[in-house]
Amino acid sequence: MSGTEAALRDDAQFRGTHSEEVLVEVNDLKMFFPVTEGIFIHRVVASVKAVNGVSFQIKRGETLGLVGESGCGKTTTGRCMLQLEQATSGEILYEGTDLTKLDSKEMIDFRKKIQIIFQDPFSSLNPRMTVGDIISEPMKVHGIIEDEGARRERVLELLTKCGLKTNFAERYPHEMSGGQRQRVGIARALAMNPEFIICDEAVSALDVSIQAQVINLLEDLREEFGLTYLFISHDLSVIRHICHRVAVMYLGNMVELADCDELYDNPMHPYTQALLEAVPIPDPDLEKSRAHKIVKGEIPSPMNPPSGCVFHPRCEKAVASCSQNVPEFREVKPGHWVACTEV
Amino acid sequence: MATLLDIENLRTHFFTSAGVVKAVDGVSYTVDEGETVAVVGESGCGKSVTAMSILRLIPWPPGKIVDGSIKFDGNDLLKLSEEEMRNIRGRDIGMIFQEPMTSLNPVLSIGLQLTETLMAHTDITEQKARERAIELLGMVGISEPDRRLDQYPHHLSGGMRQRVVIAMALSCEPKLIIADEPTTALDVTIQAQILELMKELTKSMGVAMIVITHNLGVVARYADRVNVMYAGRIIESGTAQDIYYRPKHPYTLALLKSVPRMDQARQAKLDPVDGQPPDLSQLDAGCSFRARCRFATDKCAQSYPPLEQVSDTHHAACFEKDNLEEMAS
Repeated sequence: MSGTEAALRDDAQFRGTHSEEVLVEVNDLKMFFPVTEGIFIHRVVASVKAVNGVSFQIKRGETLGLVGESGCGKTTTGRCMLQLEQATSGEILYEGTDLTKLDSKEMIDFRKKIQIIFQDPFSSLNPRMTVGDIISEPMKVHGIIEDEGARRERVLELLTKCGLKTNFAERYPHEMSGGQRQRVGIARALAMNPEFIICDEAVSALDVSIQAQVINLLEDLREEFGLTYLFISHDLSVIRHICHRVAVMYLGNMVELADCDELYDNPMHPYTQALLEAVPIPDPDLEKSRAHKIVKGEIPSPMNPPSGCVFHPRCEKAVASCSQNVPEFREVKPGHWVACTEV
Repeated sequence: MATLLDIENLRTHFFTSAGVVKAVDGVSYTVDEGETVAVVGESGCGKSVTAMSILRLIPWPPGKIVDGSIKFDGNDLLKLSEEEMRNIRGRDIGMIFQEPMTSLNPVLSIGLQLTETLMAHTDITEQKARERAIELLGMVGISEPDRRLDQYPHHLSGGMRQRVVIAMALSCEPKLIIADEPTTALDVTIQAQILELMKELTKSMGVAMIVITHNLGVVARYADRVNVMYAGRIIESGTAQDIYYRPKHPYTLALLKSVPRMDQARQAKLDPVDGQPPDLSQLDAGCSFRARCRFATDKCAQSYPPLEQVSDTHHAACFEKDNLEEMAS
């Protein structure tokens, strides 16, 4: 059996299969936030280039990981896909329809199909609403289930699906732990029967044993409902576990994109290599034998990103041309994309 | 190596309207000179309260150290006066907190905060203290230290602030540093820089360190010895190798099976423990983990298993510790 076949088998066994049909396509997405000065007359003095030309595709049933450090633009990318931010330029095609061109009325239909789970289970649930109301509100707003009794039934069903007892419907968020609240957030997203869910740091705030429970829940739901995920996280271990393909972002740019195991076993971009090197592995003997090369410096401000390749001031392999030329995001191997001229 | 810190049977309880919360309930461990000891566990297991108890920073009401002794360098810290304790904090024991945003005073310059510690604990002139502060900032890898001294915390990034906090903790050349989740709020590449810095400095200065964390990777990279806490007690302790390769408590085993590995292709689904940690005000006489434990027997409900020796370096608090390997496979 060849390596790819083995990888496919592993995917089928552990991560589920996905089709070749493209569900979401993002082309050259840019999101610049203006920085203004002045009290009455706002003058734009600069812009924060949160996302600076990002392109990728997500296939139906696939989980794409979006990984990077704070300020790399991973969350902004997710928010643009849901039209929570109006992108500066670029296309977001969902089953062929460009979401950036839709008005808010036309967008309503797509909001049912695309849902989001937020990082912070403390601030993403309304503290004055019961869990039952939180989960049933989107169904009411979108008119998915008009009858109140039927809606109530559906809430109880969703709670059970997400591993919560049905009596939680009467409780308020403050009566629950972080893990339980995150399950409520998942149940609320599922209430719309979505096709595509953006998980924005959905398990990052949870303790390890609770985090593992929620990861397993997300995987079970993916299998049962054939969901497609965009899994945004800074945790490289969780990403490797749950994703089919992984995209690495740095300072608003995509630096590498590949199949999950390929990216981890054969990282090509110096930033990806540095990132993987920096993560400590829970194995003391292995840790003793690792080289621990540590990337120097801090992440520059996205208001004033470095010229050329944005990583060049911190990069060990940088050559003179890196500070002038923006590296092309190119396919160096089938399915393995890198934005570095020195690969 | 001589023992620097010896905590024995420490109990810190919080007397709340909902009942007595036994946040720390009989914790004993030691730290040798120059050694790095990790305390791991999930939120609410009592790891931070243990650290705050060492420094006697538990607010009363509602919290109180009700029993135990904390011997540091020959003195029982629980018997010292408030005045004597103030001399120990910052001078003999340094502290690094999780949140570099909140552990620095936003209205004081970096320089003032650094020199304040120095001048409170050592006989030093303002001029000398300033020179020493510049030296310290250089040591923790902050560029242009003399200019930084007049800046305020909001001028610095999270990683830089944590470097300032480390400089403050090291300023009086302490014997022990307590680092409570020192890198949890930082990005991965910055986390690696800070941990490496802490390791280098503590090694070169011979400072002992207690690292409190929930990150099992950080523990594997930096700790000599590990204490695993659950519901206010240490349930297993040993060398890093003992804990990672020969766990003898079902909770440790479950923790290790809950973290996905970044260095290996995926082998199976995660196998976490079911349920939630118990309410610390409702604990009974039995083992506090038994409700989530797949190996629990009737015996576990009757009394709390004592922390017993498995090998020279390794202790575990489980009645089934000798059969665990067999039952788990």
